Amino acid sequence: MRRIYLIIPLVLFLGLAGFFLKTLMDKQRENEELAASGLQPSNSLELPSALIGKPFPAFSLPSVEDPADTLSTEDLIGKPALVNVWATWCVACRVEHPVLNKLSAQGVVIHGINYKDDTASAQKWLKDFHDPYQLNISDTEGRLGLDLGVYGAPETFLIDADGVIRYKFIGVVDERVWERELQPRYQALVDGGQP
Amino acid sequence: MIRGLWVTLLWVLMVGVSQAAVDTFEFDSEEQRQRFYELSGELRCPKCQNQNIADSDAPVATDLRRELYRLLDEGQSNEEIIGFMVARYGDFVRYKPALTAQTIVLWFGPALFLLIGLATLIIMLRRRQRAMRESQTGHLTAEEQQRLHALLEKKNSDD
Repeated sequence: MRRIYLIIPLVLFLGLAGFFLKTLMDKQRENEELAASGLQPSNSLELPSALIGKPFPAFSLPSVEDPADTLSTEDLIGKPALVNVWATWCVACRVEHPVLNKLSAQGVVIHGINYKDDTASAQKWLKDFHDPYQLNISDTEGRLGLDLGVYGAPETFLIDADGVIRYKFIGVVDERVWERELQPRYQALVDGGQP
Repeated sequence: MIRGLWVTLLWVLMVGVSQAAVDTFEFDSEEQRQRFYELSGELRCPKCQNQNIADSDAPVATDLRRELYRLLDEGQSNEEIIGFMVARYGDFVRYKPALTAQTIVLWFGPALFLLIGLATLIIMLRRRQRAMRESQTGHLTAEEQQRLHALLEKKNSDD
């Protein structure tokens, strides 16, 4: 009769093992889905941003187009927008660049942060590959990137009309990411609702 | 001569290792240097995820070390510096997570399991002890006692 208690540890162990297995398989399935749609499976966990719901960090940095022109946080306020962290040294940024061009042609407001880059190369890149950015902040030192918790480009933030960060996407923005992750949230902000 | 060569070689190798991820920071005091090593060992690199920022060569780890140095130089306390990093990169950057409602299981879960295990062990031992005591005394009827005695005596006389 008392022996029934002896299986409690086994039950606990199986429960935990099942939980871990489920988490692992979910991740695997997600990667398989990504691979099936011709995308790179992600092998690292994406970190949730600590800045969701917080105002865009204060900055005062030159513009990429004209380094004499200074941009600050106030310039981002007014319209919901995507803020895309990019650099010419970032291979994946080249992959998402045509998508950003297309979105900007559709009227989506996109701002850029040129992260730890050489301004001359950045200007050349924009001339060669077309410029989808309305404002392009030159963050050569990576200070603004640090305040934003950026740990690799490309990263894309979604800010509302008050300049509050609502969402962050890490990795290449492609059609699928736009349709699934960004567009519904962006559209909700444009329509004046909560995402 | 050969020995001197070996020592030199070893020294050169060790210098290479110790400088792998150490930037050239000038510290005001030994205490500040200690705090730098302590904090850079405690902060996790957001890019590589299984290394602290002291060990990682990722660009972001270099940036965070530089930032850590700057904050130390400004005279900020350890709590202020950790707070600065958490505000930007989230709780993830802490190898020693803060004690919050979310992390309470993480902190006390193992101790709880240990306690459950210990309690189970004690209860089982006590029961077994009681069972043994009970089997030693009291459980035999007078007739059984007599038979036991008889058997023991028989055994003694046989020896």
